[in-house]
Amino acid sequence: MSQCLQTIQDYGLRAIGFGENLLPRTGFSLCEQITLIGSGLIWNLYFGVLALFFGFFIANALAVAKTSRHALLRKPAEWFIFVFRGSPLFIQFFLAYQILVMLPRAGIEIFGLTVQTSWMTKAWAGALLVLILNTAAYSAEIFYGALRNLPKGELEAADAYGMTGWTRYRRVAWPTAMRLAWPAYTNEAIFLFHATTLVFFSGFPAFKQQGDSLYYASYFADKTFNPFVAYPIVAGYFILLTLGLTAIFGAFNRRLNRHLPGAGGKMRYRPNLIR
Amino acid sequence: MFDQCADPKTLEGLAWLWCYLSSGKHILFYLSFLTVLVLLAITAPIALLFGFGGALASRSRIAPVRWLGRIYASMVRGVPDIIFFLFVPIALDQGFEWLRAKAYCDPSVPIRQGNEFLVCPEAKLPLSTASEWVHQSYGIFLAVVAFSVVFGAFAANVLYGAMNAVPRAQLETAEAYGMSPRQVNRRILIPQMWTYALPGLANLWMILIKATPLLFILGVQDIVYWARELGGAKTSAYSYPHPDWRLYYFLAILVFYLLMTWGSERIFDRIRARLSAGQATAAGEAMRKAAT
Repeated sequence: MSQCLQTIQDYGLRAIGFGENLLPRTGFSLCEQITLIGSGLIWNLYFGVLALFFGFFIANALAVAKTSRHALLRKPAEWFIFVFRGSPLFIQFFLAYQILVMLPRAGIEIFGLTVQTSWMTKAWAGALLVLILNTAAYSAEIFYGALRNLPKGELEAADAYGMTGWTRYRRVAWPTAMRLAWPAYTNEAIFLFHATTLVFFSGFPAFKQQGDSLYYASYFADKTFNPFVAYPIVAGYFILLTLGLTAIFGAFNRRLNRHLPGAGGKMRYRPNLIR
Repeated sequence: MFDQCADPKTLEGLAWLWCYLSSGKHILFYLSFLTVLVLLAITAPIALLFGFGGALASRSRIAPVRWLGRIYASMVRGVPDIIFFLFVPIALDQGFEWLRAKAYCDPSVPIRQGNEFLVCPEAKLPLSTASEWVHQSYGIFLAVVAFSVVFGAFAANVLYGAMNAVPRAQLETAEAYGMSPRQVNRRILIPQMWTYALPGLANLWMILIKATPLLFILGVQDIVYWARELGGAKTSAYSYPHPDWRLYYFLAILVFYLLMTWGSERIFDRIRARLSAGQATAAGEAMRKAAT
């Protein structure tokens, strides 16, 4: 038990560079595997939470742009969404890495200031950028669908009150769109967290063996030739993560729907499965 | 390959490019696109079959079968699919080798020695004497199984939902005609569920297309492998020296995938229209009104 506490001290924050420098080489006790894979989960959370946060705002802008009547606004949004939804995330990571590597090593000179660019090829920045754009495209499509399905009556009521433009969007269109989109957006969030496991398997190298949970799980599976321990551990972590996400998004959903009769009930994720 | 390409050093401009793009390695690169298409063509029906089994099992009246079906269908919900892609091939490989070791090897030598998984040479899969293409095909076979298991579970979810969405009245009518449960399944439930299943299956097909680059992680020489191999900077020791062109290769792959998803979308629109005809759904109703 005390040995395991020592392991947690050594490897609990290994994924972000604190604690023991060398990864375990022999033995590979259950405690070491659980600790190290759990420490890798920090990266999954980092990518997932930040991508979700920034992606949310971009997605809203894109969704509004896609509903716009001006082709100048609509076309770029449509193309952005098409490219990011139509191609594999895996390829996007590779491509982004290649582009970011091409940035000049020494940095870019802007008005006499040198802007460093080498950090962009690191996973924490480059992969995060790709994940933000990717989730923005997927969420934008969800929000766009919600904006198109706004109840006609609510918009007419807003018109009748003399609301236009930004006021109408902020007070009527947006809250209802969020309410309609939320179950699908919950799904997208879950998939985004699952997608974070791809980062260190694509173009982005793990710096000093600081990787995500799947990176460590595959490290253990390679070293022990036993996939039956490490992979179930990381699967277990992700089931917990998914349950946590569902709970958090469910709370948001209750708040969004609090004015409706029957609010506070459970969110329906799979409307097709239950009649 | 072509006579004029015999000495690439003397070539210039377009002729160089033409010879470069038709070199032996590039032919392998083009063939690897076929690998992806073959994988899709094999995996999709098998996954659908797995999904069918899973969905029917989840509706079974025998409790243990039902539980198995439910567990299979829900296993992909909380766990990233890439974990299964990494896990299933290794687990299968070890399972096969273990079975072969039981048959061919000296039972006194343990298979697990510390952190090693060792079987005698006769039990290795594929045999170390086997040719390169056997190793490649075995890798693809494991990949196909992994993809089928994962996407079968997704399909089980979709089909289970679709089966539940078929109006109950239609099934009751069939029962009233004296059909047995199997007849109801075969004659009413399965033909009627497709229109409800199609949106989900179309989505699944898109996800399947976009999951194919993961073949690279499984060690198959697929398009990503060749793009990295061919695109990397080549010194003058090679017949076609060039700087790092991986960006262009990945752009080509990106365009390939965009065309695949775009084309699939067009085809699904057509199937959707076909299946909606005469159905008791909003789309079917709209078609009926448009026709009259």
